[in-house]
Order: sequence, then structure tokens, then C-alpha cells
Amino acid sequence: MAFDLFLQHLSNGISLGSLYALIAIGYTMVYGILRLINFAHGDIFMMATYFAFFGIVTFHIPWYITFPLVLVLTAALGIGVEATAYRPLREAPKISILISAIGASFFLENLTIVLFGGVPKPFPAPKLFTDVVQVGSVSIQKLTFYIPVVTVISLLGLVYLINKTKTGMAMRAVSMDQETARVMGININHTIAFTFGLGSFLAAVGGIMWGMKFPQIQPLMGVIPGLKCFIAAVIGGIGNIGGAVIGGFILGIGEIMLVAFLPNLTGYRDAFAFILLILILLYKPTGILGEKTAEKV
Amino acid sequence: MATKKTRDRVLTILSLLFLLVFIGFAENHLDLYIVRILNVCAIYAILGMSMNLINGFTGLFSLGHAGFMAVGAYTTALLTIPPAVKEQIFYLVPLVEPLDRLNLPFPIALFVGGLLAALVGGLIAAPTLRLKGDYLAIATLGFAEIIRVVFTNTQNITNGALGLKGIPALTNLWWSFGTAAFTLVILLSLINSSYGRALKASREDEIAAESMGTHLAKHKTFAFVLGAFFAGIGGGLLGNLLGTIDPKMFSFTFTFNILLIIVLGGMGSLTGSIISAFIVTIANEYLRILDESINLGFIVIQGKVGMRAVVFSALLMFVVLFYRHGLMGSNEFSWDRFFASKLYRRTLGRFTPGQRKGGYA
Repeated sequence: MAFDLFLQHLSNGISLGSLYALIAIGYTMVYGILRLINFAHGDIFMMATYFAFFGIVTFHIPWYITFPLVLVLTAALGIGVEATAYRPLREAPKISILISAIGASFFLENLTIVLFGGVPKPFPAPKLFTDVVQVGSVSIQKLTFYIPVVTVISLLGLVYLINKTKTGMAMRAVSMDQETARVMGININHTIAFTFGLGSFLAAVGGIMWGMKFPQIQPLMGVIPGLKCFIAAVIGGIGNIGGAVIGGFILGIGEIMLVAFLPNLTGYRDAFAFILLILILLYKPTGILGEKTAEKV
Repeated sequence: MATKKTRDRVLTILSLLFLLVFIGFAENHLDLYIVRILNVCAIYAILGMSMNLINGFTGLFSLGHAGFMAVGAYTTALLTIPPAVKEQIFYLVPLVEPLDRLNLPFPIALFVGGLLAALVGGLIAAPTLRLKGDYLAIATLGFAEIIRVVFTNTQNITNGALGLKGIPALTNLWWSFGTAAFTLVILLSLINSSYGRALKASREDEIAAESMGTHLAKHKTFAFVLGAFFAGIGGGLLGNLLGTIDPKMFSFTFTFNILLIIVLGGMGSLTGSIISAFIVTIANEYLRILDESINLGFIVIQGKVGMRAVVFSALLMFVVLFYRHGLMGSNEFSWDRFFASKLYRRTLGRFTPGQRKGGYA
């Protein structure tokens, strides 16, 4: 395989990995704080692309206003999902919360089908991002470069927020020990809602870029990326933000390379992530960066 | 007490007789559409009970049910489709050697389907049952997806994405209700045995159960494999009822429907699963009007495709949020409970006793 072709695959893998990483962070943050998979996360990501679609196509709002608006709306949606599907069950058995989360996910998917139809819609990607540039003999979409850059900026912002601000400190405290955090005067519900909002915000960033990279949106588009990003979070060590990023890149690059080097396995592309998950869970259940916790009686 | 026992026995026998007469009548005289719905009800009852064994009784939150059903459905279908029809179906890539000529009677095919599903369940159980809670949920969901992806890609066995057509319609009410009754009897006697108590103990508290001498891995694997077995049989019945199957059918949505059934019926109640399987399936048919247009004479309300699914997912959330124990909680149906229930006292209780119907025991 020619070197420049390899580079093209690599850049593709990196941009796919960046997207996975952004979405995986949402999973890992919610898991860190609630010890729970947010099954609806993939659907929140899907809703973000629909918000962008309606902003640009239906309401003719220019993209540089629509995109920030989408981020805010999606964050609000995430907070709304938390308030309806998770908060009432704070004291309930875990299995109930999981079921409620699955219900929320199906509700969002089917509501989208009913409201907006099941037919895929073209995502209105601004031309600025979809232009193609020539690098040597390889032609690459500008987007492929923008995606990792946006991801890095978002990550830096997130790291700052978590480590340097009061809200971030509250999030860390709640994820460590809810009861003690409450005693220290932290509003648990607000902190959890904020975490959902933040995760959904990042999912919206990922969603917008996903829509530009794969410019076709449909109500079930969030399911498979959602599952894969959860897997990415597990691979990296769930609850660990750095781990989610690493997991996202491993999964994104691995998937692209699998298709590139073993084309006759293309049909198994979606199974790749699950096989990786099962291997990780077998040999290192806590993931790459996760810490081992002993179960207390 | 002795009289009560006799009463219960008589009532059970009467309702079983009624059920037999009803099936005999329905099979021959009722509309095909209704017979089909009844069949689906019974099959969903089997699937619900088997998933309840894993999720409700053993407390393993597994989301791999659609995968087991797929294995059972494909196996049964491949073993019962006549060789001539197989040749027509597999026009792109021929079917592999022994399968293309193999043709077994329905019950044996069903059993083999169940066994293969159990085998797959066993293979999955080995690595995944070490996991807990949401990890287990995702891993089993992942396995179900892998099964689906494999079935889409192994064209020479499953005919790939095209699916199988022309599966002989061998499932009738005798088979579906008979299998449901068989499943109920087996699972009831299981959960009332020491094995069943061990399963419930490991659900309540793994560490406590283990320190009391319960072999966790053994019991969990057993429940998982048995659940997979019945899921496979349910899948086989469904395939031979519908006549066509394809990998898309066995997506996560299918597991979701079964999950709705066991949550509504009560996690940890077999009879609850049966009752809610009937409710959900029949409601599913009735709510079809939501997907179609409603003509009120003066105004036509446009139906929306997918509205039913919205209602069902809202229902699931509603049950979990406000009514967590479902219809039956973790109780089983008993005549005592039935006579004490509001439903009975308000309706049949006003008339003379001994004339009622519709027992599930």
C-alpha cells in the first residue's frame, strides 16, 4: 500500500476517532457521576444534527448562528432527558434506571420518526468545511483537518472546566462520593444536570461535525455511533475522560484501518467494536486508564 | 385448607379444559388474522418468560434476547424448508452441503433450534457473566449485534440480508400454546426448586449468596443457557408463523419489545409475563390505528407511521417511573389472589362462583 494512501486512511481514522472521542466523553462523564450508561446519549447526538438541519434549511439561519444555537438546544435537551428519565429514579434499583434510559432512547428515536419522518435528509454542510484540498497526490476534505482541531479545543475547554472551576470541582466531588459531596453543601441534582448538559453539548459538537462528514441524517443514526462510543469509553476506562479520548481514537483508527487493509471484512465493520469490547472486558475490565475498585460488602 | 386446595385444583382443571376447547375452536373457526395474533401472543409469552428468567429472577440485565431468537428462528427455518424451496431462495449463493438436503419434522427442528440457541448462550455466558449491571447489558447487546452481523454476512447459510422466505407455516395454536404451557411448567418448577432460590439469592445479593454456598457462576450460566434455549424455541415458532425472516428483524427493537413485556408484567413473575405478553401484543394490534388515518366523519386525523412505537416507549417509561413493580410485581398468579383482586370483585365476583374463565395457572 502506497504511503500517501496510508496517510489518507490515517487522517480519516483520526477524524473519525475525534468524533468518537467527543461523544464518548459524554458517556464517561455520566458514568463517572451516576455509575450508569446514558442509553439516550446517541439519540441526543442525533437530535443535534436535526436541530442544525432545521436551523439552516427550514429557518434559513446562517450556519455561524445556527451551530452555537444547536449546542445550547442540545445541552438543554440533555438536561431535560435527565430530569424526566433519571432524576425521579435516583433511589430506585439500577435496573429500573437502565430500563428508563432505554425507554427514553426509544422515545426520542420514534418521536423523531413521527415528527420528521424516517426518510434520510441531507445535512446542510457549509461549503467552507467541505472543500477539498490537495496534499501531494491525496485529496482530503478540509473538514478532516478541522475535526481534530475542534476536538482538541473542546477537550482543552473541558479539562479547564473540570480542573479549574468550582462547578468542575463539584462534579469531581459528586463522582467520588455523592453522600459526602452533599454534606459539603454541593447541590447533587444541579451538578448531575450540569454533567448531562455538558456531555450533550459535546455530543452536539460531535453531531454537527458528523453531519458534515457523513452528510445524511436519519432518526436512527445515533444508535450505532452511540454504542460504539460507549465501547470507546469502556476501552479507555470508563469514568476517565482521557481514557474516553484514547478509546475513541483506538476505535476510529482501528475501524478505518480494518476496512482499508482487510476489505473482505468490510461487512463486519460494525461487529469490530463489539469484539474489541468483549476482549477488553475479558482481559482488562477496567479499561486502559481505569482504576480497579474493590466491591465493598 | 383442604377445601381450598380442591377448589383451586378444580378451577385450574376447568380453566385448562376451557383453554383446550378454546384453542380447538379458534384453530378451526376463528378468523386467520385473530389466530395469528393469538399465536404471536403465546410466542411472546414464551419469549417474555425466558427473558424474565434471566433478567427478573437471576437479576442479569441481559439485552441479547433477539440474538438467541435469531439463532432459533434460522435453525428451525433451515431445517423445515423443503429442499426444492431452498434452491429457489438461495439463488445468489447456494446453501452449504448438508443443510441443503436436510429436512426434519417441526418438533425436532424446534428442539435443535433451541439447543443451538442454548449453545450460543453458553458461549456468550462464559465471558460476559463475569460482568455486572450495565457492562453485562452492553456486552450482551453487543453479542446480539454480532450474531446479526454474522447472519447478514454468511450468505451460504443464512442467505444474508435477503433473509429466508417460504418457511412452511407449521406453527399453529397447539404448538404455540403448548410450548408456552411447557415453558411455564418447566420454569415454574425451576424457580420453586432449590436452584430457583439460589438464582433469586444471587439476584438479591451476590456476596451474601456466595457466602451461603451458592455457586454463582454455575447458577447464572444455567439460567442464561436455559433462557437462551426457550428464546431459541420462541424464535423458531415465530419464524414458522411469519413465513419470512431476515437479520433486520432481530435488531435491538425486538429485545426492547420483550423488555417492555417483562417490565409491564413484573420482573420476577412468569404469569405476569404471560398476561402482559397478551396485553402488549393485542394492544400493538389495536394501536395500529395510530399509524393509520382516523376518519371521524367531519375531520380526518392523519395517522403517523411510528406513532405506536412512541406510545410504547412512553408506556415503558411510565411503568418504570410510576409503577415500577408492574402488574404482578414478583408474585405469581394464584386463585386466592385472583379472588381477592379488585378486578374480580368488581366484575365476576357479583355472579355465582365457579363460572369464570381465563386462568393462566
